[in-house]
Amino acid sequence: MIEQYIPVFLVIAFAIVFAVLVVFSSKLLGPQRPTPEKLSTYESGMKPVGSTHERVSVKYYLVAMLFIIFDLEVIFVYPWAVKFRILYNEIGTSVFVSMLIFLIVLELGYLYVYKKGGFKWE
Amino acid sequence: MSLLQLIGITAVKILIIFTMMMLTVSYLVYFERKISAWAQNRLGPNRVGWYGLLQPFADVFKLALKEDIVPTNANKPIHTLAPVIALFVAFTTYAVIPFGPDISLFGITIPLVVADVNIGILYVLALSSLGVYAITLAGWSSGSKYSLLGGIRSSAQMISYEVSMGFSVAGVLLFAGSLRPAAIVLSQHGWMWNALLQPIGFITFVVSAFAETNRLPFDLPEAEPELVGGFHTEYSSMKFAGFFLAEYANMIIASALIVTLYLGGWQVPYIESIGLPAGLVIAIQIISFFAKIAFLLFFFIWVRWSIPRFRYDQLMSLGWKVMFPLSLINIVWVAGLIMIFRL
Amino acid sequence: MSLELFLFLVFAAVAAVSGILMITRSEVVMAALFLILNLASLAGLYLLLNAQFIAVVQVIVYAGAIMVLFLFVIMLLRPEHEKIVTKISGIRTFAFIIAALVFVQLAYVILKSHPGSALNSDVTASVNAGTVESIGTELYTNYILPFEAAGFLLLAATIGAVVLAKRKFE
Repeated sequence: MIEQYIPVFLVIAFAIVFAVLVVFSSKLLGPQRPTPEKLSTYESGMKPVGSTHERVSVKYYLVAMLFIIFDLEVIFVYPWAVKFRILYNEIGTSVFVSMLIFLIVLELGYLYVYKKGGFKWE
Repeated sequence: MSLLQLIGITAVKILIIFTMMMLTVSYLVYFERKISAWAQNRLGPNRVGWYGLLQPFADVFKLALKEDIVPTNANKPIHTLAPVIALFVAFTTYAVIPFGPDISLFGITIPLVVADVNIGILYVLALSSLGVYAITLAGWSSGSKYSLLGGIRSSAQMISYEVSMGFSVAGVLLFAGSLRPAAIVLSQHGWMWNALLQPIGFITFVVSAFAETNRLPFDLPEAEPELVGGFHTEYSSMKFAGFFLAEYANMIIASALIVTLYLGGWQVPYIESIGLPAGLVIAIQIISFFAKIAFLLFFFIWVRWSIPRFRYDQLMSLGWKVMFPLSLINIVWVAGLIMIFRL
Repeated sequence: MSLELFLFLVFAAVAAVSGILMITRSEVVMAALFLILNLASLAGLYLLLNAQFIAVVQVIVYAGAIMVLFLFVIMLLRPEHEKIVTKISGIRTFAFIIAALVFVQLAYVILKSHPGSALNSDVTASVNAGTVESIGTELYTNYILPFEAAGFLLLAATIGAVVLAKRKFE
């Protein structure tokens, strides 16, 4: 079985080598003449004001949480989708109904977030 | 097939696809500039070489010879790592996409795909889900406000659209009954293209693909008027080129995925039944795969000059309030088709 | 050396080293990055155990989704700027005891099991068990109830996420 994955490992190894080469090539080819002004943070030509790492809105955090939940939901859908036709021919509509229940349960959560304004951005 | 043979054949395939991708990226940038110029009644690049055809090479040399600036405020190791991740993701995802039927050379059957694995299409989704780190880390490590805002906006955008993309793919899997891209292509024989059978899933997937590749109208992370360059404001030289390269490579991968999942892959409807010699049929099929990709790439650029950029709240509403429910409806629709028409 | 053994050594070494590097970093983002590497190399180990679907889910869910949340939280809270308020005394001793217990358990299990006896008996069956097709068949025929229960668990998580964040955005 693992032989199937040899090409995948080769592709991954090749991509790592290529990516590192590209990123480090300018270190080799380009000039290095740093000055303090050149190395300062870009802020439209002004002196940088305040802290860079401002706290970000809790909205982003909520989006990341919802992403995990719905990503897990998708993972449950894949094995079902792959076997759906075969299972439907074997045991009938109950395959469809069990997934429908699962999706509806999760969509209750979706509607809750919607109602509470979780998808509203200013 | 012995292990050494396998490694050898794979290495040849990787080199061929890699070279093709690099050439396509170079000329994609060229054509993007040319098409932009036509759209705006300008000439576009026309100085380097005949009709500016050597422009991509000039660009690469220029970028490679520029100074690599890492701001003092930046976190140096992570600042360097971010473009590496972007390139890594862009140049691994092609592995499972088939660009033609099996061919036999010197008595060995060679599938025209680098890796034919059971998890197939999930491999692409898994690796592209790592792509979000490149942008998040680039934005965070640069130590600039524009970068941070661009990076965090972009990552929230990417993860939001990844959900509807995942659900759209499930619709394709329902018809194919397999995760193998080769099986997905074969399930769309004749005119049974997924784009025609499940138009809702097709639209949600294409829109999500635009959002995942950060292309206009979804290029909020680098909205020039407000965020300068977004997450790559503080990048220069080949690190910047790395992001640029990755973005265009991702466009090609996204087009190849759309072709494989929805537009019949390398298949040309009913070409086998005309009675052409087998070799010619295979050649036409491979060419049709690349022609479909080329059309989608043109479509990417065309959209860029036709649709204005979204506002951030519109973008997030579109993702969560429109695309997400639509991709779920698509699953029920496809399951219904299978149950009613026994497709 | 067989191919499997070679790949196992590579993935195991990456997993172990990235694990150690993760807990010794003082910079939180670096620690998170090594955790991602660790989770990805675990996916390689799953692959060697013929669990193809689990391997790819490991990357999608852990490395691709949960760690994004980790990074967001790090950016949201900037822990590198916050002082560690409480330092529970004796936490190190406690950690060592837990680690020693886990180690003894693992050593016991490894020494007790006879490698190559039960696990390798039927390779094709084991390969088939790891594919998405067989997981689909099992999950949607024999394990419907746990599957629906997982749906309710995810619903609870959705509501929990909103309740936690709601105070902030109202």
